[in-house]
Amino acid sequence: MLSFTSQRLAVALSVALTVSIVAFLLLHLSGDLATAIAGPEATAAQIAEIRHQFGLDRPMTLQYLDWLWRALHFDFGNSFYYRDTVTSLVASRMPVTMTLGAISLMLALVIAIPLGVLAAVYSGTIVDRLALGFCVLGQAVPAFCLGLGLIIVFAVHLHWLPVSGTASWKNYIMPSVALGWYAVPAVMRLSRNGMLEVLSSDYIRTARAKGLRPTVVILKHALRNAIIPVVALAAVQFGFMLGGSIVIEAVFNMQGLGYLAWEAIARNDFPVVQAVVLILAVIYVALTFLADVANAFLDPRIRLA
Amino acid sequence: MKTVYSSIAGLLAVIAIAGAPAAALASKSNDTLVYASDSEPENVSPYHNNLREGVIIARNVFDNLIYRDPATGKYMPQLATHWTWVDPTTLDLTIRQGVTFHNGDPLTADDVVFTLNYVVSPDAKVVTKQNVDWIKSAEKIGNDKVRIHLVGPFPAAIEYLAGPIPIYPANYFKKVGLDGFSKAPIGSGPYKITAVIPGKGVKMEKNTHYWKGSPLGQPSIGKLDFRVIPDAETRLAELMTGGVDWIWRVPKDQATQLKSAPNITVLSAETMRVGFLQFDALGRTPGAVPFKDPRVRQAVSYAIDRKAMIDNLVGGGARIMHSACFIDQFGCTDEGVPRYDYNPAKAKELLKEAGYPNGFKTEIYAYREREYAEAVIGYLRAVGIDAHLNYLKYAAMRDAHRAGKTPITFQTWGSFSVADASAFTGVWFKGDADDSSHDTEIQTLLKEADTSVDTDKRLKTYQKALKLIAEKAYLFPLFSYPANYAFTSDLVFTAQPDELPRFYAAHWK
Repeated sequence: MLSFTSQRLAVALSVALTVSIVAFLLLHLSGDLATAIAGPEATAAQIAEIRHQFGLDRPMTLQYLDWLWRALHFDFGNSFYYRDTVTSLVASRMPVTMTLGAISLMLALVIAIPLGVLAAVYSGTIVDRLALGFCVLGQAVPAFCLGLGLIIVFAVHLHWLPVSGTASWKNYIMPSVALGWYAVPAVMRLSRNGMLEVLSSDYIRTARAKGLRPTVVILKHALRNAIIPVVALAAVQFGFMLGGSIVIEAVFNMQGLGYLAWEAIARNDFPVVQAVVLILAVIYVALTFLADVANAFLDPRIRLA
Repeated sequence: MKTVYSSIAGLLAVIAIAGAPAAALASKSNDTLVYASDSEPENVSPYHNNLREGVIIARNVFDNLIYRDPATGKYMPQLATHWTWVDPTTLDLTIRQGVTFHNGDPLTADDVVFTLNYVVSPDAKVVTKQNVDWIKSAEKIGNDKVRIHLVGPFPAAIEYLAGPIPIYPANYFKKVGLDGFSKAPIGSGPYKITAVIPGKGVKMEKNTHYWKGSPLGQPSIGKLDFRVIPDAETRLAELMTGGVDWIWRVPKDQATQLKSAPNITVLSAETMRVGFLQFDALGRTPGAVPFKDPRVRQAVSYAIDRKAMIDNLVGGGARIMHSACFIDQFGCTDEGVPRYDYNPAKAKELLKEAGYPNGFKTEIYAYREREYAEAVIGYLRAVGIDAHLNYLKYAAMRDAHRAGKTPITFQTWGSFSVADASAFTGVWFKGDADDSSHDTEIQTLLKEADTSVDTDKRLKTYQKALKLIAEKAYLFPLFSYPANYAFTSDLVFTAQPDELPRFYAAHWK
């Protein structure tokens, strides 16, 4: 287990390091940084002064190491657009995206796992088909379209929910449904396949032969084993939701991290883009690492593979 | 993708409007007017953004020295009770006593002197340079007397003082600096800012101590809440559910549909904003090289059917513009200015003459009304020009344009609501950051026009410059923008062509 974990950790760290290099280069791809910071009407002397002041005249490797050191201390410099530090911008936007991602994931799991189990138990029947249809619909409808549709029905017509913003918990319902639905098919299919595999195995036949009630067999014996891969997938899906909530955040006007990234890209606000890319990537890497370790812990066969 | 998005979204909007029940109206009851727009100023300090949303905040939160009555066009005293021209480059003003800033500091001649000297200092890095660069310096010449020294004669000075030149509190600004000021701005106007939340908007509250006798009148509505909602469909849905009370720039099709919605008033009016295409006549990027040839610029001008754009996209209230300014501005005229009526055959011919019989590839930059830019791209394609769209936020597009990276720029300009051609033509042709033709003949003419005290001479010189601009087709004016406002029927709101919603004059029914 220890060698497996350290091996995975090494992989995770090297991925994170690669992303950090890409993120660092992102800032320098945008052209001359000193000119960008100085603004459009700066004189050559002012630009030179800024170049020196920000240490942009040093070798690239040194600049990278310095940047990385600061990034490790959550110092990403200042936004080009807002008169604020990137760290405080990200910190103010993070809770919205985290909350949205967590609720969406919960929703996706609560819907997808029972559906997957049902589809497996009634495999090949109309129940299976309907469950699959529901999932496909979630993945086939573009998130913005689903979002607008929800707004029209539940906000404009029924007046049950607020249209946009993040003022109360009610604001999170529609965006979570729109975002969570998208993750349902993957989770549902995995739990269905896992269940099908497990249900045909010997120990389930034994459990049934013992005369245990079908619900006990399915929930206690089968589901526990079938759900292992879902744990890993859920972690990855959460990472995906953090990054993929850009469209949803824009439609529902939620000032989250995705929205910030989208704004920052349109405004050429590279320090912010850089920070968001790095932070999301590191979260994603960390989640994948945790999922791997959790999986290995739950299923010893993975450790040996 | 975007077109698919737009059409689906448009369809959904139509469905939504068609069967929506009466909107729940919450805002009148808590005396808060929530207004929404798609963009937020990069900095709330009025001299440090050139976005319309910023101008609106400025007019509701700050006072100007002089007031121009939008109905009569007459100048009236605001912070200055009196003003006289000592000579064409010296203006003396008497500052009103008894006005206080939102933090309680009295507004004095010192604040006026500080503001004017600050905004022309290079350290201030104002982005609205063209609004203030006629000022050389200001000095205090008496307890309540201020003297403004001009760089040269500039008869439009009064118009500028009545517009984009709000007065800052000297002591507070010196204490907190620009960073502090942009987070918590303080003015003396009818509304005071209570919160600036980046990404979300700005909250304002009625200034209950607003000075009596102001030509702006006393504010009526208790609170203003400016919300940034980038998505047009979301803004519409918010209005229909009563989450927002006031929206504008409603697309033509949605405005037509909204008229049938209960409890919502739709108002369409022309504005001073003019949309236009600006060419990089200096050819600073590969895609811009063809635009060094005036025939190519003329070809583009002939290729675009502005009337069809107005009929199908822009809607009522828009007028085709032929000159590089808004037609009702002082000095703006299209008499004797060459016109480019839609003529694709002629466009192709000109392209052939210029050596591009098969057209060429280029880049177009735009920041708002994407559908207008897409229509332009369609017309260009019809004559063989393949223009790729770069759709950016305004500040990013402005920087790219000023750096000479944009072959065609789809600009719009509202002149900061200044009713003088210098606020339009001057910005794009006097050799400043936004000038991408650098034609010295035009620059000289405009400098002459802007500084001549003789009205007749001013008009004639402007006409000459505008004619030259059109002949050389440096800038292709499209049309004036109509504004479609949609707001709750509980609100009494009147629109002015200067595109400045005066919320301080609005009230509940």
